Amino acid sequence: MGMINDLRKGFAVTLRVMRKTIFGDGLLTTEYPKESRQKPERFHGRHVLNRHQDGMEKCIGCELCAGACPASCIYVRGADNPMDDPVSPGERYGFVYDINMLRCIFCGLCVEACPTEAITMTHLFEMSVTDRNDAIYTKKELLVDPDGIPNHMFTREQDPMVNLSELKEADGWMRATAPSGRAAFEGIPGWSRSAGIGLRPPERGQAGDLPESEGGEDD
Amino acid sequence: MDGWDVAIVLVKVVVVFALLLVATILLVWIERKVVADMQNRIGPERAGPWGMLQTLADGLKLLFKEQIRPNKAEVGMYLLAPVLTLIPAFLIFMVVPIGPSFTVTLGGIEREISMQGTDLNIGLLFILAMSSLAVYAVVLAGWSSGSKYPLLGGVRATAQAISYEAAMGLALVPVVFYAGTLSISEIVASQAGTWGGIIPRWNIVPLFVSFVIFFISIIAETNRAPFDLVEAEQEIVGGFHTEYSGFRFACFFLAEYINMFNMSAIAATLFLGGWNGPTFGLTGFFAWVLPIIYFFIKTFALIFIFMWVRATLPRLRYDQLMQLGWKRLIPAALAWLVLSAFVVGIRQFGAPWS
Repeated sequence: MGMINDLRKGFAVTLRVMRKTIFGDGLLTTEYPKESRQKPERFHGRHVLNRHQDGMEKCIGCELCAGACPASCIYVRGADNPMDDPVSPGERYGFVYDINMLRCIFCGLCVEACPTEAITMTHLFEMSVTDRNDAIYTKKELLVDPDGIPNHMFTREQDPMVNLSELKEADGWMRATAPSGRAAFEGIPGWSRSAGIGLRPPERGQAGDLPESEGGEDD
Repeated sequence: MDGWDVAIVLVKVVVVFALLLVATILLVWIERKVVADMQNRIGPERAGPWGMLQTLADGLKLLFKEQIRPNKAEVGMYLLAPVLTLIPAFLIFMVVPIGPSFTVTLGGIEREISMQGTDLNIGLLFILAMSSLAVYAVVLAGWSSGSKYPLLGGVRATAQAISYEAAMGLALVPVVFYAGTLSISEIVASQAGTWGGIIPRWNIVPLFVSFVIFFISIIAETNRAPFDLVEAEQEIVGGFHTEYSGFRFACFFLAEYINMFNMSAIAATLFLGGWNGPTFGLTGFFAWVLPIIYFFIKTFALIFIFMWVRATLPRLRYDQLMQLGWKRLIPAALAWLVLSAFVVGIRQFGAPWS
């Protein structure tokens, strides 16, 4: 009798799940290409190179990210800024910036190493390529547009995969581990203003206030 | 026997063939959907409306894939096995009646056409024989592949088939007692009517134990979960069809689902009254088509139980499989056989002490 009772219980489970899936909210999967799930705030997607609010590149070509990279997938060459038309504020800028996405382990150490918050990670994760060479992202793919939206492989309007509101989250994903922050960060986020989104409010559980918006550039 | 008779037989064969193929296409889709629902998933939904054409797409894919043949394979048997697995699968359904007969006038003679491939007077034996033959294809496929995993699958198939065929045959004997015949159409006819106008006169009511034993045995006989040790992916890769690809693999796949449909149809025919059901005093076309619908409703209800079992129970261990077969089902079937023989005997000849 005990066995029959066990069987009855087991069969009831599958039937109940079936009823919930068909008539209720038991469905756990999403129809991925059609609808995509909201990624966690600190999702480690592919990198972008950010710009300041005035459109200048944040990267100064210091190669600290390349040094921090455990997979040695970042290649950076710095160069002196042209006097008449500087690319970044300061002396130097990164004139070559390649990331081999096939090697990258998406650990985010480059983000932590970056002194100017130039490199951050996005929520973008669809990076399929048909050629191994295409997996090496250059500045062309990495650098955000002047309006702060990351360059994607597809034209934005045509690509159903890209959630534009998620792209706006491109920079500032990891405030607590940003150069002047720490995990239990309380206070003013040490985050420089950038094109697109500027400063974001602190994460939940952090009491710190943002500086006034007219605080100007902090670099 | 004139030309019309031959034509009728040909049409019946083609109808059975087409019916089984269409049923398989539906079955695979239904199974994937049902199992997906039981696992909080959506299941196939890209090909056709609600993914109904998924099976067709899969079949086409298999059709165009390369058919690899291992070097060590016994070529003759290796090529024959997929065909051998299909033949019994198609033959079994030939003796299953799916509805009442109808009369048409062809060639000046009024003919009664039964909705049955052929009404063998040993129909039940034929079914048992064919379902046993189906195992040969699995064993031969496993042996002729010249590879270890298929061989293991084939060995498992042999042991499993022998264990569960005994229980299956024993479970069917009481049905023969009750109907007094081996002809499938007469077994169906014997289940017409009701007891007291409420309970249908189906064999499942007096022979429920037989039905349970038979149903467990056919799950094992069709190599479906939880008795799918023959093709246990986690243990022996694909089992007997590891070395098969392309269309030859599709043959095994097709046969598995046809067998599932066959066995459900036979269980519905022998225990659930076949196409019998209330016709609500209708006559003519509706009185003919309603039983066919009943037949398919019963069959698909049993198929749903197949899928339900698959989604619920984990695969049995090998010794558990043997234990269930030899220590539980066969003794139970034997005891039930003696009991029902006793009951039928008293009914027929009166109690011995009276």
